Amino acid sequence: MSAVDQQKQPFNPLLALLAALAALFFVFPLIGLITGAPWGHVGEVITSKSSLDALGLSIIASLSSTAIALMFGFPLAWLLARGRFRGKGLLRGLTTLPMVLPPVVGGIALLLAYGRRGIIGEPLDKATGFSLPFTLAGVIVAESFVAMPFFVLTVESGLRSINQRLEDAARSLGAGRAMVFRRVTLPLLWPSLIAGTVLTWARALGEFGATITFAGNLPGRTQTMPLAVYISQSSGKMDEAIALSLVLVVVSLVVMIVRRQSPGTG
Amino acid sequence: MLDVDIQLRLSRLTLDVAFTVAAGEVLALLGPNGSGKSTTLRALVGLLPLAGGRVVLDGTVLEDPDQRVKVPPEKRPIGLMFQDYLLFPHLTAVENVAFGLRARGIDKKAAREKAAQTMARLGLDGLAEAKPGSMSGGQQQRVAMARALVTDPKLLLLDEPLAALDVSTKTDVRRLLREVLRQSHAANVLVTHDLLDAVALGDRMVVIQDGGIVQTGTPAEVTAQPRSRYVADLVGVNLLRGTANGTVLELDGGGRLTCAEPATGPLLAVIAPAAVSVSRQQPEGGQDNIWPGQISAVDLMGDRVRVRTEGKPAITAEVPPAAVDELKLDDGGELWASVSPAAITVYPP
Repeated sequence: MSAVDQQKQPFNPLLALLAALAALFFVFPLIGLITGAPWGHVGEVITSKSSLDALGLSIIASLSSTAIALMFGFPLAWLLARGRFRGKGLLRGLTTLPMVLPPVVGGIALLLAYGRRGIIGEPLDKATGFSLPFTLAGVIVAESFVAMPFFVLTVESGLRSINQRLEDAARSLGAGRAMVFRRVTLPLLWPSLIAGTVLTWARALGEFGATITFAGNLPGRTQTMPLAVYISQSSGKMDEAIALSLVLVVVSLVVMIVRRQSPGTG
Repeated sequence: MLDVDIQLRLSRLTLDVAFTVAAGEVLALLGPNGSGKSTTLRALVGLLPLAGGRVVLDGTVLEDPDQRVKVPPEKRPIGLMFQDYLLFPHLTAVENVAFGLRARGIDKKAAREKAAQTMARLGLDGLAEAKPGSMSGGQQQRVAMARALVTDPKLLLLDEPLAALDVSTKTDVRRLLREVLRQSHAANVLVTHDLLDAVALGDRMVVIQDGGIVQTGTPAEVTAQPRSRYVADLVGVNLLRGTANGTVLELDGGGRLTCAEPATGPLLAVIAPAAVSVSRQQPEGGQDNIWPGQISAVDLMGDRVRVRTEGKPAITAEVPPAAVDELKLDDGGELWASVSPAAITVYPP
């Protein structure tokens, strides 16, 4: 720790007050969830078939879309970080648009592209009889659309922060491209990969707008946890909504703790 | 034996240099920033493709664009030490050193053993498991040296190996480096902009400027008879160009000097600043080589003061610090310089 870090900040009452208010702002909703929970029958609600179905769907869909983000997002991030081609800025803008787009709008756009009457969806439907909306695959597509940009951007900035001359050094030491990637690039990129994966997964797990618009809300088929929470609350079953919300809070907390303790992410 | 002829063009530099380095020899590549020294190294390593020329090492063609030969960097028997070391931050010191051996397919245990031996040779015992981030600059420098040496390269390239060190460690590391280079059987190329490094470590010097070679020779030859303003400034002497006619040298920039020995044709003349006398008044008597100039700079160099006057020719004189006060040099104005003909060394350009 350098001398500058050790310097004590002088106490600033205004700063402390505003920071405390910000902290409380985040704490109260959690307290609300905990105190409002129907503790008497939380277990019963959570283990009901509809809840378990929604949880299972959420986990499968969010993990699948994370895997898709890794598989396709990594090459895209590489191209954006290292490639030299015209229209790179445009490509980056397009792929990151879903981050700022309202998810419902994303869902509509997905319908027009990959829906039964969409520009890709219609020929696909005619050729194979398969159509994405109202399927688990549709949920995964919707979650990927919204979540993958987080992976691409995180990994791209990670790649940019690597001193490429380290890779030159590795090559001058006799390492071929594969070995340079495996022994130099990948280990240096590791923290960004972890961060990108966690962000992407968390975004996919919480996805609501694009999913309900594109894949619908079929219990047991496309109804993920956030959809189940919303439906319970809007149909007057507040207890159920709170119980399901608690499950999502616990899952998110566990992931954050695991991420904090995984090596190389400090 | 390294035999190179490098021609390539970058946006800000056109490089065209040719030289040879014998096995066991140390060639110091000296030049100012942006002259093409590091570019030459990158080309030798294969990180920058040649536009023309060729690179031959021990009879093997590493690169020849005319014959479409280009051995990729990882297949060249080269050890390269970077100015900023470029140690892998995620690997320990011994893993860094062993990297090149592992890349050549040597198994982990043998690679670590050889790495440890090389580290011991460079006084790095006990640092095997340290990460680069926790080491001092001098230690990182030696790890980088070990990493470049461990594979017994046929060509060892050192890019400003001492530039990042502070003055106190520099002397020790320079001594260590000289020892290492003395035992080396490789062709060694040392890139530097520090004349002392070039003189202390190089068997031969190549001076490059603006992408071309301006002088080659042993350090003694180059420093005694500089052929460029750049080297003359590094050595700290006045370098003048002119045309001789008998003992009179007509200078290119105007003015004339009388030399001791008669000659004809273009000549370079070197005058040590200590051999230049200065006075406020025109000296008495009709000696040769007395001329006035306006003071343009006064600098302290160790325990001596250098004063530059813009006359015909412009010249730098060295005076004792007391002269600053006596001659009121800080006030500027006109100053007379005089040089004895015997103090002028002339040689053909």
